[in-house]
Amino acid sequence: MAAVTVLVEANGLTKRYPAKDRKSEPFTAVDGIDFSMRQGEVFGFLGPNGAGKSSTMRMLACVSPVTGGTLTVLGMDPATQGRAIRARLGVVAQDDALDSELTVRENLLIYGLYFGLSKSVVSERAEELLRFAQLEEKGPEKVSALSGGMRRRLTIARSLLNQPELLLLDEPTTGLDPQARHILWDKLYQLKQQGVTLVLTTHYMDEAEQLCDRLIIMHMGGILAQGSPRQLIDEHASREVLELRFEGGGEAVAAEKIRDARLCERLEVLPSRLVCSTEDGEEALAAVHRLGIKPASALVRRSTLEDVFLSLTGRSLVD
Amino acid sequence: MVREFKYHLFRYRRTWRGTVVISVVNPLLFLLAIGLGLGRVVSDHAASLHGTAYLAFFAPGMLAAAAMQNGIVESAFPVSRATAPGGSYAVAVTTPLEPSDIMLGHVMFMALRIAMSATAFVVIMAALGAAKSPRVLLDIPATTLTGLAFAVPTAAWAAAVANPQTVSRLFKWVIMPLYLFSGTFFPVSQLPLVLRVLAYITPLWHGVQLCRSLSLGTASPAAALGHVAYLAGLCLLGIFLARRTYRRRLYV
Repeated sequence: MAAVTVLVEANGLTKRYPAKDRKSEPFTAVDGIDFSMRQGEVFGFLGPNGAGKSSTMRMLACVSPVTGGTLTVLGMDPATQGRAIRARLGVVAQDDALDSELTVRENLLIYGLYFGLSKSVVSERAEELLRFAQLEEKGPEKVSALSGGMRRRLTIARSLLNQPELLLLDEPTTGLDPQARHILWDKLYQLKQQGVTLVLTTHYMDEAEQLCDRLIIMHMGGILAQGSPRQLIDEHASREVLELRFEGGGEAVAAEKIRDARLCERLEVLPSRLVCSTEDGEEALAAVHRLGIKPASALVRRSTLEDVFLSLTGRSLVD
Repeated sequence: MVREFKYHLFRYRRTWRGTVVISVVNPLLFLLAIGLGLGRVVSDHAASLHGTAYLAFFAPGMLAAAAMQNGIVESAFPVSRATAPGGSYAVAVTTPLEPSDIMLGHVMFMALRIAMSATAFVVIMAALGAAKSPRVLLDIPATTLTGLAFAVPTAAWAAAVANPQTVSRLFKWVIMPLYLFSGTFFPVSQLPLVLRVLAYITPLWHGVQLCRSLSLGTASPAAALGHVAYLAGLCLLGIFLARRTYRRRLYV
């Protein structure tokens, strides 16, 4: 029987930071969350800034003491076996933290020293990883000459030098242009095919939808929902969304009519825009026309994680 | 620990050129200008020098003072940079290394750098005839100890302060006064009592006395051991503090 191997198990995981000074209060960044990660999957933490994603990642990476609950990583306890766990982890922090005075290749070689790997092993793996990151030709160049996307690929290549079983990526594509993001997604997908378990945080819904097998939506230190992207959409959003745009007002009147006619499962009224969640967008649009509402434009689309996220957290800006 | 040391060695092998000027050429210029220039003005028979030529008096003092400066240069900004977001410690801490390994490895590298500069300085001293005893060779470990007595507590402190501008104050408020009042340029017996007592407390005075007595061949075992104990005590205190500040800073 092929048992599912659980790589990470968290129960009531909590991170509380002490008060910075007498005036401030202790801050709870992660508030008693439960989750588990299985071998070979891509697991995502999705949420706005300050939701507790990075704090959770740091605890997984064994560089931040757990202040409550239990956490097991690769079957070990981060508090006492951090060294052994980190030997088998790869970490891609938000910050590239590359050494800009060294060349691309040297950045890989110097990192190998931390793991006590022999020179020949490190240089062999470095060549392999430069190929993987499509940076073969950049090997002898200074890191400062790289674009943002290349830097990020180099950081990922570096994190793979110890052939980790679990790769942690904190907002891997933040700040990259669309091309660079897509190249990076391909690379991450390639890693998944090779059997590496990936854990990533993101605040891009499309990224989570593209990459993650399972994900957690975090908000203010807690978990709002978890499951596969499909499950989350099925559970927390309608199948389709009809968006109506209005010019020069009119959305308020239209909203009232739509509500009275019970056309939508959920209707959101936004400035010059109505967002209507429904099982069949086209039918809803036809019904809107029958009510004599004339929007400036109308769009029918499938629900995305973004809709799930917004319906769970509301649209107000969380800072 | 050794891995972190190798890390710094690897970097140094690729970036060493800029460091030669500050750690070797600067003290050398001082030695030539003050030792030979000013030394010609100061009479060899000045009572407070006990019949020593000024160059022979000044050179070991400069050796110790340069070690202080090198110790702080190797530790203050490098540690401050390494602990900053995107610095090398942030990367090292995600590997099997623990904060104390990172600290001790970096301190080992600082020791190497201080010893390298000290060796160059001692060779030049000997070539200029400023060393009066073959014991001057012991000045290399003595100087390294002096440098570390500054480097390690500085590292402990630099890892605790977030703002690099705070770190730069060290140069204004610590290095300069110590340079001038710890017996580098003149015997502290010239100072009024209050300043003299202050000088006896400063680590640099102990470093200067130790280096000078070895180089002049006047060292007594008891005094030398006293100086060594004081400087070693500072290093150990620094390591004790640095273990805490590194862990606090790197494991948040």
